[in-house]
Amino acid sequence: MIGRVQSLLTLMTGDAQADRVVPPTGFTARLTVFASGAMAFLAVFALALSLATGRLAEQWGDALAQSSTIRVSAPEGQVDQQVIAVLDVLTTTPGVADARVLSDEEQRALLEPWFGPDLPLDTLPVPRLIEVIEEGDGYDAEGLRQRLAGEAPGAVLDDHARWREPLVRAANRLRGLGAISIALIAATTAAIITLAANAALAANAQVIHVLRLVGARDSYIAGAFVRRFTLRAMVGATAGMVIGVLAILLLPSADIGGQFLTGLGFRGWHWALPFAIPILAAAVAFAATRQAANSTLRELT
Amino acid sequence: MIEFEEVSYGYSRGGALLSDVSLKLAPGSFHFLTGPSGAGKTTLIKLCYGALVPTQGRAELFGTDVRHMTRDDVAETRRRIGVVHQDVQFLDHMTVVENVALPLMVSGRTTEMQDLSDLMSWVGLTGQMEALPPELSGGERQRAALARAVIMSPEVILADEPTGNVDWEMSIRLLTLLIELNRMGKTVMIATHDMNLIRQAKAQVQARVLRISNHRVQLAGADL
Repeated sequence: MIGRVQSLLTLMTGDAQADRVVPPTGFTARLTVFASGAMAFLAVFALALSLATGRLAEQWGDALAQSSTIRVSAPEGQVDQQVIAVLDVLTTTPGVADARVLSDEEQRALLEPWFGPDLPLDTLPVPRLIEVIEEGDGYDAEGLRQRLAGEAPGAVLDDHARWREPLVRAANRLRGLGAISIALIAATTAAIITLAANAALAANAQVIHVLRLVGARDSYIAGAFVRRFTLRAMVGATAGMVIGVLAILLLPSADIGGQFLTGLGFRGWHWALPFAIPILAAAVAFAATRQAANSTLRELT
Repeated sequence: MIEFEEVSYGYSRGGALLSDVSLKLAPGSFHFLTGPSGAGKTTLIKLCYGALVPTQGRAELFGTDVRHMTRDDVAETRRRIGVVHQDVQFLDHMTVVENVALPLMVSGRTTEMQDLSDLMSWVGLTGQMEALPPELSGGERQRAALARAVIMSPEVILADEPTGNVDWEMSIRLLTLLIELNRMGKTVMIATHDMNLIRQAKAQVQARVLRISNHRVQLAGADL
């Protein structure tokens, strides 16, 4: 790894004069710059998606893990009594920070998406909901269920586990897909640059012949091509990365686009990560071109 | 310096182009290599600078068997051997003087501009230094190639039909330059089928004439 970095640094600060032995090649130059730029642009979004889903998984996990709900369904006249019993049990349960009964307005708001705004809550057998906020490592769910069964038979504890797990799993898979996307983008960049480098090497067979005739080592010839392609890839990727970051910055705000879109941006030190994309693109171009050059030079007599 | 011992070479299709060639290019010697078209002159020249490896026999360049040379060794050897081809090739996007200085560039060396100007003046190309190779005439290209071949002060100069594309006057001019190099101690071998050129040279320099005939190299002389 250190050797690879040193090679890259040597390449960047290497013999600029040697670059001149390779004639400017318009088509491969444009292809490399464009492909690197486009891939860097896509990589910014893949990175943003991966980071955003990671945050989302943590948020969902934390939020749902720190709260739970107790549903109290009892015959008319016993509801308030059982609610009080539940609150008493919760008061003495370790790991419970707070517990409160949801008001009629809050319950109506929860049911509104399904039953509309004019729901006659008083005339329906809607259970009472108690929100439980946890602290520290939370409470012993099984122990609490047993105590509730004894003190308030109509109370059912929902610790959100069955909601939380698939959500977190889905978010983690999205994060994994983001990482796979970045890897695929890097592989595609390598493939395109390899094709462009091979085209440039084939077009410059005469140049290679002349250089060998005058005593150029293969490393010198390969270096001239590798340096050119690496710098082009870096320039293209920098442009693509800047455009991608600007596009992320211009995403709609929460009020307009909703919470997930707002979360797609970078936060904190994550803003530094896109700047690694041009370096990664340069490293990919360096490896791809060197491989192509060495392979071509081995084949040419 | 360059020594062949029973060297044979054949391309993958067809039989041997050269068979049992034994020769030695001693330091400071002058050789002509002659023979009909397709006899294998260019192949022998390529064997002399490591562009080809014998299919049989032993070829030594500066004491090293070419079979044991790495690609870097071959590159290093070519810095000690200046080569001029009939169909001389340049980097067309670089100026003539940059092309002439190319061997220095690839070996990481530099030279004074005055020395470069002197060299260009020696081959009569002072006025074409900043021109691009496609702008040169056939004779000018050959002289530029000769300047490129000698800029590293090589020990051996190999010229493959250097006068093939130029008129008689230019041929004599190129021959004179090669004879001058030989007088400076360089080993010179010229592949040519131009007997008049060989006769012209024999009057000025002690040259051996090698003839390729029936895939073999023979020492000629009586017929000149």
